[in-house]
Amino acid sequence: MTVKRPVIRKDGKDKVTGRAQYVDDLCFPNMIYGVSVRSSVARGKIQKITYEGDLPWKDITVATSHDLPGPNVVAHILQDQQCLATENVQHPDEAILLLAHPDRQLLEEARRKVRVEIDPLPSIHSIEDSLNQKTVIWGKDNILKSFVIEKGNIAPLWNEAALVVQGEYRTGAQEQLYIEPNGMIASVSPAGITVWGSMQCPYYVHHALMVAFNLPKEKVRVIQTETGGGFGGKEDYPSMIACHAALLSLKSGKPVKIIYDRAEDMACTTKRHPSITRHKTALSKDGKLLAMDIEFLLDGGAYATMSPVVLSRGAIHAAGAYNCPNIRITAKALATNTAPYGAFRGFGAPQSLFALEMHMDRIALQAGLTPEEFRARNFLQEGHVTATGQTLRENPDLPGLMGTALNALGYHAKRANYADHNRNPNSRIKKGVGFSVFLHGAGFTGSGEKNLASVVAVEATPFGRVRVLASSTEIGQGARTVFAQLAADALGIDYDQVDVAQPDTHIVPNSGPTVASRTTMIVGKLVETAAIGLKEILIQSGHLKSECSTEDFSDQFRNACASYIKAAGPLKSFAQYQQPGHIQWDDTKYQGDAYGTFTWAVYAAEVSVDLTTYEARVDNFVAAQEVGKVIHPVLAAGQIEGGVTQGIGYALYEEVRLENGRMINNRMTNYIVPTAQDVPPIQVIFAENPYAHGPHGAKGIGELPLDGVAPAILNAVAFATGTTLTEIPLLPETLMRAMSNE
Amino acid sequence: MRGYVPAYEVKSPETLTEALSILQAQPGKWKPLAGGTDLMVLLESGVLENRNLLNLQGLKELTGISVSPAEITIGALSTFRQILEHDLLKTEFPLLAAAARSIGAIAIQNRATIGGNIANASPAADSPPALIAHDAVIELVSSTGSRRLSYAEFHQGYKKTQLATDELIRAIILPRTQADTGSNDFFFYRKVGTRKAQAISKICFAGRFHPCSPGNLRLVFGSVAPTVLRCIQTEAIIQGGGLDLKTIQKAKDSLTRELSPIDDIRSTAEYRLRVSLNLLEDFLILARQKQSHVELGS
Repeated sequence: MTVKRPVIRKDGKDKVTGRAQYVDDLCFPNMIYGVSVRSSVARGKIQKITYEGDLPWKDITVATSHDLPGPNVVAHILQDQQCLATENVQHPDEAILLLAHPDRQLLEEARRKVRVEIDPLPSIHSIEDSLNQKTVIWGKDNILKSFVIEKGNIAPLWNEAALVVQGEYRTGAQEQLYIEPNGMIASVSPAGITVWGSMQCPYYVHHALMVAFNLPKEKVRVIQTETGGGFGGKEDYPSMIACHAALLSLKSGKPVKIIYDRAEDMACTTKRHPSITRHKTALSKDGKLLAMDIEFLLDGGAYATMSPVVLSRGAIHAAGAYNCPNIRITAKALATNTAPYGAFRGFGAPQSLFALEMHMDRIALQAGLTPEEFRARNFLQEGHVTATGQTLRENPDLPGLMGTALNALGYHAKRANYADHNRNPNSRIKKGVGFSVFLHGAGFTGSGEKNLASVVAVEATPFGRVRVLASSTEIGQGARTVFAQLAADALGIDYDQVDVAQPDTHIVPNSGPTVASRTTMIVGKLVETAAIGLKEILIQSGHLKSECSTEDFSDQFRNACASYIKAAGPLKSFAQYQQPGHIQWDDTKYQGDAYGTFTWAVYAAEVSVDLTTYEARVDNFVAAQEVGKVIHPVLAAGQIEGGVTQGIGYALYEEVRLENGRMINNRMTNYIVPTAQDVPPIQVIFAENPYAHGPHGAKGIGELPLDGVAPAILNAVAFATGTTLTEIPLLPETLMRAMSNE
Repeated sequence: MRGYVPAYEVKSPETLTEALSILQAQPGKWKPLAGGTDLMVLLESGVLENRNLLNLQGLKELTGISVSPAEITIGALSTFRQILEHDLLKTEFPLLAAAARSIGAIAIQNRATIGGNIANASPAADSPPALIAHDAVIELVSSTGSRRLSYAEFHQGYKKTQLATDELIRAIILPRTQADTGSNDFFFYRKVGTRKAQAISKICFAGRFHPCSPGNLRLVFGSVAPTVLRCIQTEAIIQGGGLDLKTIQKAKDSLTRELSPIDDIRSTAEYRLRVSLNLLEDFLILARQKQSHVELGS
């Protein structure tokens, strides 16, 4: 068995030795380079384009939207985003035209010498201005998506309540900052389009190319190259770059490579949605939640892109891990004139859970209860019904997880000691502890998985080597390793006998996008099923005995594969997703089983705050979570540690600074992510409670760790400073202002 | 890479004499290039305006840290790694060692030079406040000779220095006055960056205090004025009034007048001022403790 063992990761050796081929490592004969010329204004009408300077313009390929064979869209959920702006620009840095030339240096110079004259139009740069329709920039009313989730009836409760607590909470944008910037190579010939690149979702790119180039599916081929991180940032945007590279290739007749540098990647590609959440909560005398009225607003940027689904996950998570009979969640995603916000690990949930977990501490304080006691009185349990009307079929041991996390931090003793310490007026360093309790729905929301109907194949060679075929990408999280573990164990063969194919839409079936914490839980289960199917084929056809001795099983398996293939041809087994019967979801009403299962977590932080500089520093962090079953202990812990680190950045350091909608700190020197020096020891604790529909009981864990970090830290800072905090990032400048307002 | 590399020319003289004659022959044409940790960032972003670079890396005359009984001379091409690992600098000039340790991260410290840090003349540079607090002297050299001036007078305004177009910084000289005052100097260096490493200063403060020699008081701030700033008026208030709470408050009022912080991409004027005042107060309170300690001991 390889599951639960820290086997060597499949991609490790090539990455460590530098042999792994990322898109910018690839070169093709006659390949040239491409760049984008972008809008200098937030919104306006394109008037005139001139090509200036002493440059060999006749040797430079120029492509505009008019060169596209199909419609000028990057196909996502709604087809509202232009592939290249033609008449109007909707956000700064929107691509207007493309240039290609063999000399990368010359191309940079050429990019500066294209003059695009744009008549500016009034633009919108805040959620409030968009909601108030200061100018209408999208659709009829600037609303990219809106819906209401209702359970019970909140209206009668406000007068009955012993306590009503209101609060408004804000979160900023966040850049994924994967190590490898975005990039694509495209080669167009009469046979069709082939693209190679850094991506999470090969079939999203495939679909976008089919639409924009008006091609049947067999004429488009998408190959994922080794990908240096994604975090959601390579979910939808690679479709845009693939269309651009393919267009330049079509126009020039040569393979074209487009690689974004860091500044372009940060300014132009997607980031986490900024949010405003307003809570109004009614509480009974005994500290039970009576009613929750939640307004959840996202800044979606200039086009809808992923906003409807980010809004959906964020809103569904807005009531958190608590049981409340009456809930109303009003959700809206609003258009502004900035580059579209998109997917980022957590997908809306970090925003709404930040608001909720800050609000829970605020209620506890007003109710005269400790944060842990107040939460414990309201925890969701088996049989409880969530905001969307989903009856919980699992029993989350939240009291147990909370006890584990708080004890591991030494929470109770520290809270008492620090309260004393902080009373001393001479102490310039204040100390605090705080925590958050949260959940994360694993896999696509609602009927998403059913609609995707993902397929995985497992095939074997005559030499008994097994290959997993799936479009799920290795993006650093360990997908290749986990798939090989699951296939090896299902077949009873060595981990080393299993390969995982590089995703290539001509070779692998569509197992869906690599998003939503679904790769291990959903696709991994399909890998397991397909592998079991392969073994069954060998047994049913009489090539493999059903009872095999384990000692020489590898030999028996190899012989069985060889004899089967000789007799019957290729040996390949498919598995397709079947939705478990208990999942019922109504897309129109946002009612039903939002997720097949949830992961549950309690995160606790210890901080110090320097009153000289208002800097908050995380000194210690405990991340306790129930994840179904751990498949690979090192990779699983790595996911948590990485997520916590990104969460620390989200809470205390990372601020996307916009000026008229344009990111102005789009450099690693001024977009501040935590360094190793800023990250404390992180204690990772796993509790297990197997999920019947996950492989070996596993649930998805990729996004969970980002959900609850910021509120744990800010609750600790609020305790240390005695200040009400409502906003991230909590930069020292923000904390200084909050403290002087108290 | 957004810089158009073919448009740049680099000359690499082998001797100081050769370098200086190039500068003299075409004044203002050649931008000296030392460790490159500032210039290469600009080149990569496509905003390095001066397209003629004079590479100083081969000039042995500008390297090395030498010690005499009266002073320590730090060649302009000394890296911050060499500075922070120098035993005597660490013990006698701890503010400089602390500043060197706070710059960028290890890779930057290995590459960046003290001469470059000074010549780049950023008000957010980390070493200038320490150098001024240590009463550093700067030596400039040209084809026609060399001159020494007090480093405190070198920076004249935002990105404006006394360096003439035909001059290079040869060395920084630190006077070893510790011998006169004993080991009772109290030093305080604090860089307030955007994070613990790989950070540019939002505020940088170097303070020096001697319980028996009020004239040794130095209060030097970075990132809160167009250039690194020694706050002479505030120093005078402490020198005249001592370290009681009333005088400390007067010093803070004076500092508010002396500093002229701005809002920029790293921080706000409001924050910079407030934290500068806090740092001054922290320093003066620690200095008072040091003083009462000395008084009790004597």
